[in-house]
Amino acid sequence: MIAEEVMQFLVLASLIITAYLSIKFKDLIACAISLGIFSFLLSLEYYILQAPDVAIAEAGIGAGLTTAIFILAIRGTERREVEE
Amino acid sequence: MKMSKIVRTQSGFLYPFILIFGLYIVIHGHLTPGGGFQGGAVIATGFALVVVAYEYKDVRKWITANRLSLAEVTGLLAFIITAYLGLGSTFFRNWLANSGSIFGSRVPPGINPGNLNTGGVLPVMNLAVGLEVLGGLGVIIVYMLNYLKRGEESAG
Repeated sequence: MIAEEVMQFLVLASLIITAYLSIKFKDLIACAISLGIFSFLLSLEYYILQAPDVAIAEAGIGAGLTTAIFILAIRGTERREVEE
Repeated sequence: MKMSKIVRTQSGFLYPFILIFGLYIVIHGHLTPGGGFQGGAVIATGFALVVVAYEYKDVRKWITANRLSLAEVTGLLAFIITAYLGLGSTFFRNWLANSGSIFGSRVPPGINPGNLNTGGVLPVMNLAVGLEVLGGLGVIIVYMLNYLKRGEESAG
């Protein structure tokens, strides 16, 4: 039980770190990868909370498809965020 | 923009495994977590991996919006036709369960590891939903890619 709580604390702390990094990076592909890691950690959290069905959907769509769509959109525009 | 050779080789290596895993989730939808939607999303992720890793002119020969729309329409039609086939008694009746034919075995009583050949119309509908979700999510990616292509042509 203690191990599960420690695991949840680590996953939630990593969620906050990856969410902060995804708005902090200036390289937009790094932001997209960071959001992919965010979705993967969220699916891990769903699995710890015993919802494997939602975890598979989150891993497939959040970590896989949205990252691909973001990378395709970055390909069509600029890769680096510029300061105005 | 072209991805490096490492990315292309790895995506070509991983692609069949992702497809098989997605098909596993779809076909075991009535026994294990997951089902048509999740399995279809995983298969569409495999397509997205190839589309991102390779250039568009390499993949547009076999990943086209028309084929993916066809998959979507086929899945939706198969779902609703399977539902209407039970109309002898009610809409959505499980007319295949316990019939002895495909997906029609009797469910063993008690705790058991799960027999794949049960469930009646549920596996059929899971396959239909998987095909539909694969088509729908694939169409999004292909349309994103089409607009990208148009922008490159106008820029260059």
